[in-house]
Amino acid sequence: MRKLLSYLAAIAVILVVWELAALMVHSPVLPTPLATFPMLVRYAGALAPDFLISLYRVVIAMALGTVLAMPLGLAVGRSPRLDTLLAPLLYILYPIPKIVFLPVLLVLLGLADAPKIVLIAITIFFQVLVTVRDAAKAVPEASVLSVRSLGASRLDVFTNVVVPASLPELFTALRISSGTAVAILFFAEAIAGSTGLGYFIVDAWGAIDYPRMFAGIISMGLLGVALYEVFDLVEHRLTRWRSSVRR
Amino acid sequence: MPMLSYKDVFLTYRGTAVSVKALSHFSLDIDPGEPVAIIGPSGCGKSTALLLAAGLLQPTDGEVSIAASKVTKPRFETALILQDFGLLPWKTVYDNAALGLRVRKFKRSEIRQRTEKALQQAELADFARLYPAELSGGMRQRLALARALALDVNLLLMDEPLSALDALLREQLQDLLLQLWRTSAYAQVLVTHSIEEAVFLGRRIIIMSQRPGRVAHIVDNPGMGSTDFRGEAAFYTKCQEVRAVLTAQSLKGAGVAGADVATGANADAGVSRA
Repeated sequence: MRKLLSYLAAIAVILVVWELAALMVHSPVLPTPLATFPMLVRYAGALAPDFLISLYRVVIAMALGTVLAMPLGLAVGRSPRLDTLLAPLLYILYPIPKIVFLPVLLVLLGLADAPKIVLIAITIFFQVLVTVRDAAKAVPEASVLSVRSLGASRLDVFTNVVVPASLPELFTALRISSGTAVAILFFAEAIAGSTGLGYFIVDAWGAIDYPRMFAGIISMGLLGVALYEVFDLVEHRLTRWRSSVRR
Repeated sequence: MPMLSYKDVFLTYRGTAVSVKALSHFSLDIDPGEPVAIIGPSGCGKSTALLLAAGLLQPTDGEVSIAASKVTKPRFETALILQDFGLLPWKTVYDNAALGLRVRKFKRSEIRQRTEKALQQAELADFARLYPAELSGGMRQRLALARALALDVNLLLMDEPLSALDALLREQLQDLLLQLWRTSAYAQVLVTHSIEEAVFLGRRIIIMSQRPGRVAHIVDNPGMGSTDFRGEAAFYTKCQEVRAVLTAQSLKGAGVAGADVATGANADAGVSRA
């Protein structure tokens, strides 16, 4: 209940700041909240297919990146030998902004879903890989020893210790990179193809239809918020032991 | 036939820059059902000796065997309780207690029956659905004990299991450990820093040398076995005896004049550059 109230208060603050900013800028490119909501309703029908396409791309891409990176991150984090082998590679590849490869992917994979999904998946892959590796490395040795002393196999140690111990960090990485994922999606959709919220926004921009453009911008913002909240919710579900402490 | 036997065991931890000799010429036999306490200076290899018995380390040289067979990996009839209890924060009290049975692929019905019994013995039956973070220090300790009890082991290894608890709680748990040992048939090896704890829970008190650790002295303690022992004069005398031996040991290690240096404790401080 308290959480809901503070959430509502935050929304109120955002709306007030937005309203003030719109009044100060006084330009059709930044409409007030009161002017925007009717737009959202008006364009709901036109936005829905593009929203769903964008949602589909970002969810598939994040799932793909995570599914590939999680096991590799756990393995690298728990195997010093593998870590020595792959760490230099990671140090070089991790900081490279993957978005610069967009043109390459567009040429190789065409203009449809594939290049967008692959680009986001690669970005998420490295985020999750590095985070999960560090988390797996930091698993307390006492936990591992005590489980091994029970006669646990390597697999038992992974499922009972390493995976649950790494889950909080995995979800932190996913929450943080959901913003990056939506940003990359916007860029990729704006540059290539004729579907998705990114295209919707840029198309309206080109037509100097600012209300329509803003309806697209708000939708893309909601997409980012929704992703973040879903990860937060799933994290709470899967890491109940942490919230139990705060009782 | 001894339950647990160390025969001239050496263990060296090899790091990238420094190698540490933790144990050298460590020999000890422990009988089935015998409670033993190991005490010695910090870093003398006490914990290493336990990890060897648990099958989590392999000796550099020498042999560790249980019931006449060489220990090469963790064995089902041995349980190990570590200093920070080794509980998993993401598992409930019940799931933590059942972990050993699950890993050993026991039948569902047997897991439930044994886990419930062990939680009862450890006085935790009412807290089965809580997480370790919601328990007090003493309850966490009892949970670690319950996990071992559920396995019905014949060798219980404990590495300073009570060191994080306050004095009164510590004595209560010592009583519980003693009672559980008396009603079961397991041999028990307790590594501790506390002289009183060693005298209360060890029928033999193994005093280790400075690193690299070996058995420096063994104090027999036939008077142990009752919770009243703590109040008796014999208990106090035995503590004094152990204290005197320990003090002599630490003087040797520090190289104080007059201490017996013939053991080579000075010449071989245990740490050598690789």
